[in-house]
Amino acid sequence: MAVLVIAEHDNATLSDATAKVVSAATKIGGDVDVLVAGKGAGGVAEAAAKIEGVRKVLHADGDALEHRLAEALEALIVPLMDGYDAMLAAASTTGKNFAPRVAAKLDVMQISEIVAVEAPDTFVRPIYAGNAFMTVTSSDAKKIITVRTTTFAAAGDGGSASVETIDPPAGPTKSSFVGEELSKSDRPDLGAAKIVVSGGRALQSSENFEKLIEPLADQLGAAVGASRAAVDAGYISNNHQVGQTGKIVAPELYIAIGISGAIQHLAGMKDSKVIVAINKDEDAPIFQVADYGLVADLYKAIPELQDELAKVGFAKV
Amino acid sequence: MKVLVPVKRVIDYNVKARVKPDQTGVDLANVKMSMNPFCEIAVEEAVRMKENGVADEVVAVSIGPEKAQEQLRQALAMGADRAILVKTDAPVEPLAVAKILKAIVEQEGPELVILGKQAIDDDSNQTGQMLAALLGWPQGTFASKVEKDGAAVKVTREIDGGLQTVALEAPAVVTTDLRLNEPRYASLPNIMKAKKKPLDVKEPGDFGVDITPRLSVVKVAEPPKREAGVKVESVAELVSKLKSEAGVL
Ligand SMILES: Cc1cc2nc3c(=O)[nH]c(=O)nc-3n(C[C@H](O)[C@H](O)[C@H](O)COP(=O)(O)OP(=O)(O)OC[C@H]3O[C@@H](n4cnc5c(N)ncnc54)[C@H](O)[C@@H]3O)c2cc1C
Ligand SMILES: Nc1ncnc2c1ncn2[C@@H]1O[C@H](COP(=O)(O)O)[C@@H](O)[C@H]1O
Repeated sequence: MAVLVIAEHDNATLSDATAKVVSAATKIGGDVDVLVAGKGAGGVAEAAAKIEGVRKVLHADGDALEHRLAEALEALIVPLMDGYDAMLAAASTTGKNFAPRVAAKLDVMQISEIVAVEAPDTFVRPIYAGNAFMTVTSSDAKKIITVRTTTFAAAGDGGSASVETIDPPAGPTKSSFVGEELSKSDRPDLGAAKIVVSGGRALQSSENFEKLIEPLADQLGAAVGASRAAVDAGYISNNHQVGQTGKIVAPELYIAIGISGAIQHLAGMKDSKVIVAINKDEDAPIFQVADYGLVADLYKAIPELQDELAKVGFAKV
Repeated sequence: MKVLVPVKRVIDYNVKARVKPDQTGVDLANVKMSMNPFCEIAVEEAVRMKENGVADEVVAVSIGPEKAQEQLRQALAMGADRAILVKTDAPVEPLAVAKILKAIVEQEGPELVILGKQAIDDDSNQTGQMLAALLGWPQGTFASKVEKDGAAVKVTREIDGGLQTVALEAPAVVTTDLRLNEPRYASLPNIMKAKKKPLDVKEPGDFGVDITPRLSVVKVAEPPKREAGVKVESVAELVSKLKSEAGVL
């Protein structure tokens, strides 16, 4: 049994999602190898070699892999699968993009966004926006899996695997990279933050998001999240959306402000350790999952909250 | 250019799914069913392409029960020209859906297939990518903008860090994200007109596709339940509870 984990990275840094996927791979059993596909990603390959439980790192470097487009990854990974029984990737927008192509090429059903490994062929995954958990057994010879990283603890970093260079796929592909607009922020990453402060439609404007949600997040060293309504209205960019079709988060503390708590939003944050909701409607569904609910007008509550936090040692920024 | 739009009949997005007591699945008896919201966005995009003169024909396809005709009629009422129902009462997994769609693409010869990024029942997010791979076509998934640019299709994609734009050599597969457009409501006259538009009925066997599932369901269970907590009276009480009781500050 051998499992291939596809590393998540941006050519410069290895995302901690990778160590979480390795830990899911370890639960399946057998040798675990990591593939680092990128351009100028040698440092990432070195970092991957330190993840505990990894046998070896395969490193493919080349122009075709710079942006990890699905077609290039498919061309690289499909032939490698001759030597593996399973392939695992994070259920990120990269993983969700290429993994089904690999599955289709191998004629297997992908098992999407698993939250638990019950046996080498049996997995648990949420369906219906997390309102049901389905346990499935795959009869396919090879398993192609994406992993919901919030539910797996990261593997340790005491490993010392070897790094083997392999050839990048021969180009060209029928898709090409044109450009990207990445939102730059000094705040912690939504997926990794210990605290998330999220705002909803009630914020009414991007100015209010900047004036209220962001300073509160900075005071707590938190990441900023949002409901779909807030993103659709342009208060904040799409990569902040939490929910069934946005990002899945499970921080120690999730503070939902002016968010009603639609099932699609709950699907993305219900696994947070402690949930706080601030909403002026005492019947808002968000209160059904909140550990601490405050019925209040956010325009009054946020400044007060900033003052109270300052008193207990969280200086305003 | 012909555009093919696969649409799925699913539980309405406003309905909370309930697990059956015997854990064999989700109870869909007497539950409101609708077109998957991402598929509505796909239909809207295709219809706008036709209205803008970029597309000349929009064909909607659904693989599912007899009743999926309702969703196909909705697509026709929104402006699609024709529909194909591939009728089956059996559950059809994304891989088999992709294989049936591939066969339809080979018959119909569209230049673009626009699918939803995800069906809100199985939350698989894989059919479009599988179809693209089976056809050997490029893909632009999670699209928030689609532009025809000569022989290429330019797609802006919603990715984890922000937005990415890719150029695809047509023919291509696109999957829709929420912000691509806002689907229209079909008007009453259009709903009436849709009743007369052609709707072909086929079966998976007509395409020679074996739809035997690859995944077998062991059980479908309720998610771990989260109990509602307490209401606090003031911001000061909230901060004090977070600090001393919850220990998260
Ligand atoms: C296919 C599909 C996918 C979706 N995916 C997602 C997803 O991934 N994530 C997501 O979030 N949503 C998603 N949605 C949308 C979801 O159904 C809801 O529409 C959305 O979450 C609502 O956002 P909201 O809570 O900010 O807005 P609203 O529902 O409008 O709630 C605003 C809340 O603010 C409160 N409020 C108003 N003024 C104040 C004030 N001054 N002080 C305090 N409280 C106030 C109100 O009482 C209300 O509860 C999806 C929908 C569909 C159809
Ligand atoms: N049974 C089906 N009939 C038609 N289209 C489908 C079907 N299943 C999936 N699709 C298409 O594939 C998209 C993604 O579905 P999924 O991969 O199941 O999340 C949907 O939004 C539809 O466009």
